[in-house]
Amino acid sequence: MKAHVYRRDHINTDEIIPARYLNMDREADLAKHAMEDIDKDFVHKVESGDVIVAGENFGCGSSREHAVWALRGAGITAVIADSFARIFYRNCINNGFLAIECKGIGKSIENGAEIAIDLKAGRLTDLSNAKAYDFTPFPEFAQNILDAGGLLPCLKVKL
Amino acid sequence: MGQTITEKILARHCGKESVRPGELINARLDLIMCHDVTTTPAIDMLREHGINNVFDPDKIVIMPDHFVPNKDIQSAEMVRKIRLWAREMGIEAFYELGNHGVCHALLPEQGHVLPGMTIVGADSHTCTHGALGAFSTGIGSTDLAASLATGELWFRVPESLLFILRGKTAKHVYAKDIILEIIRRVGVDGARYKAMEFRGEAIDALSVEGRMTIANMAIEAGAKSGIMAPDQKTVDYVRDRTDADFEIVKSDEDARYEAVIEMDVSGLEPMVAFPHLPDNGRAVSSLSEKIPVDQVYIGSCTNGRIEDLRVAAGILNGRRVAKGTRCIVVPATTEIWKQANREGLLDSFMEAGATVSTPTCGACLGGHMGILANGERCISTTNRNFVGRMGHPGSEVYLASPATAAASAVTGYISDPRKMEG
Repeated sequence: MKAHVYRRDHINTDEIIPARYLNMDREADLAKHAMEDIDKDFVHKVESGDVIVAGENFGCGSSREHAVWALRGAGITAVIADSFARIFYRNCINNGFLAIECKGIGKSIENGAEIAIDLKAGRLTDLSNAKAYDFTPFPEFAQNILDAGGLLPCLKVKL
Repeated sequence: MGQTITEKILARHCGKESVRPGELINARLDLIMCHDVTTTPAIDMLREHGINNVFDPDKIVIMPDHFVPNKDIQSAEMVRKIRLWAREMGIEAFYELGNHGVCHALLPEQGHVLPGMTIVGADSHTCTHGALGAFSTGIGSTDLAASLATGELWFRVPESLLFILRGKTAKHVYAKDIILEIIRRVGVDGARYKAMEFRGEAIDALSVEGRMTIANMAIEAGAKSGIMAPDQKTVDYVRDRTDADFEIVKSDEDARYEAVIEMDVSGLEPMVAFPHLPDNGRAVSSLSEKIPVDQVYIGSCTNGRIEDLRVAAGILNGRRVAKGTRCIVVPATTEIWKQANREGLLDSFMEAGATVSTPTCGACLGGHMGILANGERCISTTNRNFVGRMGHPGSEVYLASPATAAASAVTGYISDPRKMEG
């Protein structure tokens, strides 16, 4: 998985998927416009399985879950950031999409680096220089939602 | 040990005597608010998972507002889907065009919000309703689907930050200036995951509407919720709208806060938040050069209520919008529109050369009805000035109070409303 690094804090959901596309909600339609206002070439650079690396407070602003769908649709499998805004973080877990909080990561990884993630161990490795970074593994309830593939499949089990 | 208002409300909704910050709970929900953009995906999810009922149609309120009146075929299809689904589910509280408005202005105005409630809304500015002493927070579409199906949702009990606001604001300094100053101090992630609790004589002095302006922007500091203890003004506001029972909840004297931030508002000046983050606030008087504006936008869930329109009309009445500047006024709800009309405020706006639209979230989020072109600059009474928020990614948004926005409409550049006297 290749890292697309944005050395910025406060990347907000308006930037991840602008409101002009919120008259659509299909993942494939949204994916064409993911990150468009930050990086016009983003969707052409991303290959399935890649990750985004960024600084603090990733996903702040609007509660639009379209932001998660746009990134996932574009091929992103995880966002790794110093920290996340809370609604975006919930939306990721609820979709079974990985949001990994790893302090200092936004300044550490070089753009284009190959990354490996070990979720159980809570360890992320930069394969370009074999440097490892620890993160806090997901709490049990969140891991259960992720394992079920999202909140609704989880509910269905409960209902 | 004592508890905060937030901890007390959450405890009562998960069947516990008390809860502590960091604790994970499943809370019972009293009110669920849906709008056009985030609800259609939730309906699809429910159907996809074979869930054909909602937990309680009387606790669900639907307020299409973002792209309403429908801006294009896709948004028309979205609202139609929600309308048909609401009928099927037996949800009565669907605010159709003619009774419509920006959800966070409309929900309390129509008497849905009660002190002590737990409220979720599929919109980040759902924190607004904490102004009435409720726990109220924004969620995404999957959380919405789960809430609609079960009437419950998981929460991590937030740490609380206490903001004590002392002093009395000077003339032409408003709730918006107070919250822009608070966000400037704590930063756009300064309250991330936390509850912002506000109190003090400056809060007491505000109307319930002014308090909503403050709670509305708690999310712009990253907060889960903004909240204020109810007082007589809150009770009167609610009693004017509903006979429903409610319970007043307040923080204990010995409640624990992660931090206490004290601020004296007496010296506060009209503020403007520069692009592209709400924490880029500066005093308008400190600007060293003229910043011309192409557009002035007065409206939104932050500042589109009747008091806001009175302030703006007070400045625009008998004056003209500057040549080369466009001014758009968007009363936040149908009732506010009608009241502004009765009071002659709409005449004042139109005679000044502004234009008045029907209630909508509209251009606040770059939806429609006032989108900015590349390089254009707008001073706006809304809550976000992110890159491309109101249109082209090359446009700029400056956040300010209705008074500062109206004064800027008159001069054509960002201006101090205190200089508009006489």
